[in-house]
Amino acid sequence: MSHHPAMWKQPSAHSSFNDYATFPLAQTQRHSAISHGATQHTQQPLVTGTSVLGIKFDKGVMIAADNLASYGSLARFRDIQRLHPLGKHTLLGVAGDMSDYQWLKKELDALLRQEEALSLTDSHPSLSPSNIYDLLANLFYGRRSKMNPVWNAVLVGGWDKNKKESFLAFIDLLGTTYTAPTLATGFGAHLAQPLLREAFEAKAGVDGKGPLLTQEEGEKLIDDCMKVLFYRDARSINKYQVAIITEEGITISDSKSAPTEWSFAEGLRGYGAQTQ
Amino acid sequence: MTSIGTGYDLSVSTYSPDGRLFQVEYANKAVEAAGVAIGLRCTDGVVLGVERLLHSKLLVKGANRRIASVDEHIGMASAGLLADGKFLGSRGRDEASSFRDNYNSPVTVQILSDRLSAFLQAYTCYGSVRPFGLSTLLGGVDKTGPKLFCIEPSGVYYGYRACAVGKGKALAKTELEKIVSKEADGQPGISVREAVKEIARIIYLVHDDNKDKDFELEMTWICTESGNKHAPVPADLLVEAEAAAKAALEEGMEED
Repeated sequence: MSHHPAMWKQPSAHSSFNDYATFPLAQTQRHSAISHGATQHTQQPLVTGTSVLGIKFDKGVMIAADNLASYGSLARFRDIQRLHPLGKHTLLGVAGDMSDYQWLKKELDALLRQEEALSLTDSHPSLSPSNIYDLLANLFYGRRSKMNPVWNAVLVGGWDKNKKESFLAFIDLLGTTYTAPTLATGFGAHLAQPLLREAFEAKAGVDGKGPLLTQEEGEKLIDDCMKVLFYRDARSINKYQVAIITEEGITISDSKSAPTEWSFAEGLRGYGAQTQ
Repeated sequence: MTSIGTGYDLSVSTYSPDGRLFQVEYANKAVEAAGVAIGLRCTDGVVLGVERLLHSKLLVKGANRRIASVDEHIGMASAGLLADGKFLGSRGRDEASSFRDNYNSPVTVQILSDRLSAFLQAYTCYGSVRPFGLSTLLGGVDKTGPKLFCIEPSGVYYGYRACAVGKGKALAKTELEKIVSKEADGQPGISVREAVKEIARIIYLVHDDNKDKDFELEMTWICTESGNKHAPVPADLLVEAEAAAKAALEEGMEED
C-alpha cells in the first residue's frame, strides 16, 4: 500500500468490494497463510485528519488545521482539535490517524508532566521545541523500523526561549524530517505549500533573508490557504483553528470559517437541483 | 547511650520486650535534626514551607531543594535525610504517573499518601533494610479539594489542617494551632497569601540563630492563584513575607 498521504483511505487495487471506499475496511487478509497467526501491526489509518499548515512570521510561528476527523470518506467527527500545545512554547499540529494522535498526546503530556515536576524539584531545564522535535523524530523512525509506524504527519512549531528564535519542522510516519519557513502536510503540501511559499518569498526573498510576514499578513495567508483546501480537498471542512506561538506563549483561536463562493455551481450540470 | 535499646535496636525486624521498634524511633531522631518543614491547608489551596539549613557558604543559592514536585497538583516537603527525600520524591512521581496511566485521571493526595506510606512501612519489616529517616508533608489540590497529609518513618500517615515536622516542630505546631483554632471558632479560614506570611513568620520564629547557621526559606503552593498547580510562591510575595517575618521577630525580641 502506498504510504503517501494522498493515498490514505483510497481503495486498494486488490479489494474486491468496497470499491468506493465508503467505509474503511481493515485489509487484514484473514485467509492468507502469511499473515495467519503472525504479529499484526497498523496496516492503515482509520479515523484520519487532513492537512496541517505552518508558517513562520516576524514574531513567531502559526499553525493551522481544520476540525475534521474523517472515517474513510465520511465526515465523522467535526469538532476535533488537531492542534496540541506541549508546555508553554511548543505546539503540535497533527494529520493522519487520530487514535495514534490521541496516544501521542497522552505519552507526550506524561513526559512533559514529568519534566515539569523535575524542573520544579531541581532546576532541571525545560524542553525546547527542538528537543521535543528530536524526540518525535526518533520515535517515528524507531516505530517505522519496527514495521509499526505512528501513522501521522506532524508539524512542530515553537519558540526557542534560549536562542530567541522561532522553530518549525515536519515529521511523518516514515521518520522523514525536514524544516522550512513554510510547511504543510498531506494535500496541503500540494495545494497550499506553493501559495505559502509564494507569499513568504514575495516578502522575505528566495533566501528568506528579507523581512518576514507580519501576524496579520500571516493570518490572511492561512485563511486563503484553508479556503483553497476546503474547495479542493474532499476530506476537509470549512471549520479550522489557527495557533499562534510567540515569545509570550501559545494562543489557539476559536474555530472559524473562510468565506466561500458557490454561485458558480448553479450553472453546473450534475450539481444541485437540475432543470435540464 | 547506657541502656538505650539494650540489644533490641540492631534490627527493625525485632521488637523490644515492651513492644517498640527502636530503629523506627531512631529514624524519628534523624527527622528531628533537620530544619523545620511546615504545611498549611487553606480555603483556596495548600502552602508548603521549609527552613533549608545551609551547611556551607559555598553552596549555590537555591540549590538542593527539599520540596519536590510529585505531580502537577501535588508537592512534597520532607524533613530528614536529604537523599531519602529525593528518593521518595522520585518514587512519588512514579506512583503518580502510574496512576495516570492506569486510570487516566490525576491521583488524589490521599491515595498517593496511602501508596507512599505503604512503601515506607515495608522498610520497617525487614532486618536487611533501614527505615526512611524522613517525615514527609504531602500537599495538593485534587477533586476533593485542598489536602495535606504527613507520612512518618513508621509508615503511618494522617491528614492535617496544618502540620510541622523537623527541628522545633513543637513550637511551630503551637503557632499553627493558633491559626487553625481561629477557623474552628467560626472565623473565615486563612487564605494562601496569608498562610505564606504565617509560615514565613513561624519558620523565622523557630529558627535557632545560636545553634544553626544560615538558612534559606523555601516555599511552594498549590492554589487557585497558581491554577491548582504546584508552583513556587511568587518571588515578590516571598520577599514581602520574609521582611514581615524578620520585623515580627525583632518586635518579639523587644517585648522579651
